[in-house]
Amino acid sequence: MNIGQYSGIFQYIGKSIIKITSLLIAVSILSFILVSLSPVDPIRAYIGEVGMANITAEKLAKLEAYFGLNTPPVERYWNWFSDFVQGNMGSSLLYRQPVASVISVKFMNSMVLMITAWIFSGILGFTLGIIAGLYRGRWIDKLIKGYSLLIASTPTFWLALVLLMIFSVWLQLLPIGLSVPIGVNAAEVSIFDSIKHLILPALTLSVIGVAGITLHTREKMIDIMGEDYILFAKALGKSRISIVRHHALRNIMLPAITLQFASISEIFGGSVLVEQVFSYPGLGKAAVSAGLGGDAPLLLGIAVISAALVFTGNFTANILYGFIDPRIRRGSIHG
Amino acid sequence: MDNAMAVTVLQQHHRKRFNQRSQTIMYMTFGCSFLLAIAVIGTMVGDIAITTNFTQKNLLPSMAHPFGTDWLGRDMLFRTLKGMSISIYIGLFASVISAVIAAILGAAAATLGRKVDAVITWLVDLVMGIPHLLLLILISYALGRGTLGVIVAVAISHWPILTRVIRGEILQLKEANYVKVADKLGRSKVEIAVKHMIPHVFPQFLVGLVLLFPHAILHEAALTFLGFGLPPEQPGIGIILSESMKYLSLGMWWLALFPGLVLLMTVLLFDLVGGSMRKIIDPHSAHD
Repeated sequence: MNIGQYSGIFQYIGKSIIKITSLLIAVSILSFILVSLSPVDPIRAYIGEVGMANITAEKLAKLEAYFGLNTPPVERYWNWFSDFVQGNMGSSLLYRQPVASVISVKFMNSMVLMITAWIFSGILGFTLGIIAGLYRGRWIDKLIKGYSLLIASTPTFWLALVLLMIFSVWLQLLPIGLSVPIGVNAAEVSIFDSIKHLILPALTLSVIGVAGITLHTREKMIDIMGEDYILFAKALGKSRISIVRHHALRNIMLPAITLQFASISEIFGGSVLVEQVFSYPGLGKAAVSAGLGGDAPLLLGIAVISAALVFTGNFTANILYGFIDPRIRRGSIHG
Repeated sequence: MDNAMAVTVLQQHHRKRFNQRSQTIMYMTFGCSFLLAIAVIGTMVGDIAITTNFTQKNLLPSMAHPFGTDWLGRDMLFRTLKGMSISIYIGLFASVISAVIAAILGAAAATLGRKVDAVITWLVDLVMGIPHLLLLILISYALGRGTLGVIVAVAISHWPILTRVIRGEILQLKEANYVKVADKLGRSKVEIAVKHMIPHVFPQFLVGLVLLFPHAILHEAALTFLGFGLPPEQPGIGIILSESMKYLSLGMWWLALFPGLVLLMTVLLFDLVGGSMRKIIDPHSAHD
């Protein structure tokens, strides 16, 4: 029964949680199948070519049993899944550590990078979008729109290389890579050093991330500037700034925030490339090393964790919309 | 007198040399021929792209070598064109496959009842849930990396958004009055589909297909850049850029700048062609 103002949203949250759980399990199954299909031999990846040449048949059989090469895939998945639910994601072949501890370290690094870029690109894109929409057709609008369209087609990794060339090689302002300098203990790196290594990756991600939010905000702004209440406000002699603050801002803020939450998948994709160029020790770089080095457990763990991140973002976006849109809030529309 | 002048100015008719439509067609032709030129020249250059010449290594861009040469004395312009043409072929193949998958799934979701619709929508959510680049890495890993890996990965992962578009279009069409009238007049389902639905959906499908190219090309380059795609002996754009990273700190900026610019230009041109096609086909966006 629909009792109260928020009954719709609670129903919606319930449904979403069921859906997300089913999707996450499916992601893990899909990733598991893909990883299992791989011709990369986990034992070869684990002990290397030299090890393969010197191993005795007994030890090989032991390792095969350890990696479960002889158990049927369904059983193997079930073993992995029941371990995963208890927080044990297996052990990484490359890092020789539990996957969970590798991921938790890399995850924090990636989050610092992605959140910085996420906030920065969000605010910048939103501001640029408002300016462009407000001065539609003027040179500043053309400039901002042109920039956004250009940047939307720019390969992330190339932009990263160009920024690296400008700031590190040419101007020599910022370090080239390696977020921990060689010869320095990781624990002794000062905050200042970490920030210095964060600037270029975060800048690249922000510059790329601005495009979508700017174009979206611009469209919304143009729509709203055509409304009657804006015309009325203009007729009352209100200034541009006052119109933006009192009439436009609330209407465009929410779709923009929603879009920003829904764009986590893209930011993650960008961070994989950026981390590779700047050798920033995050999830993306770990995923690439895992893929290249045949580290299936780590790759699997990262796939599931990143999918969880994306689903959380989409879910937050929908909830935000739900709380604001009274039709969904009161349960007359079911997502 | 002043007043009369103002009126005549207002009424003065500026005749544009080209109207919007012919302008759009011109853009499209320009974009298409440029892309075709890159593909053809890139295919024709053959061995120049991999010929080493140690007397002419590490040269700055000049008249003889507009993009400079690399540490093995290979001409960067030819390498870039060759790499770009490989990317264009992979992009073409991948977008066609993805678009066909999207057409089948989208049509199935919209016409085969609620259960099929729910399953396909769920599938779309599933594929879009894994960050795209990570999905590409996973598929490539499953196929043991290499050329086959990157082609298959890019080809079978770009359908979700177009599936949504086609599903939405068909669902909307099913509610359209002229389709309902045709149904009441006793037309068969096949006849309605052929006469009323396909002429409407096909142009959308075509535009969607062209707009998949830029994504496919960028993803191919990115995957190759990360080391999952084309083998190092192929002059792929991703390979060129990832190799250039080692030489950046030596100040060899031209190795990365120009190949990347060509990639950017190709992606922009595909966007231009797709956008122009949409303007020609879809009257709603014709006046943007």
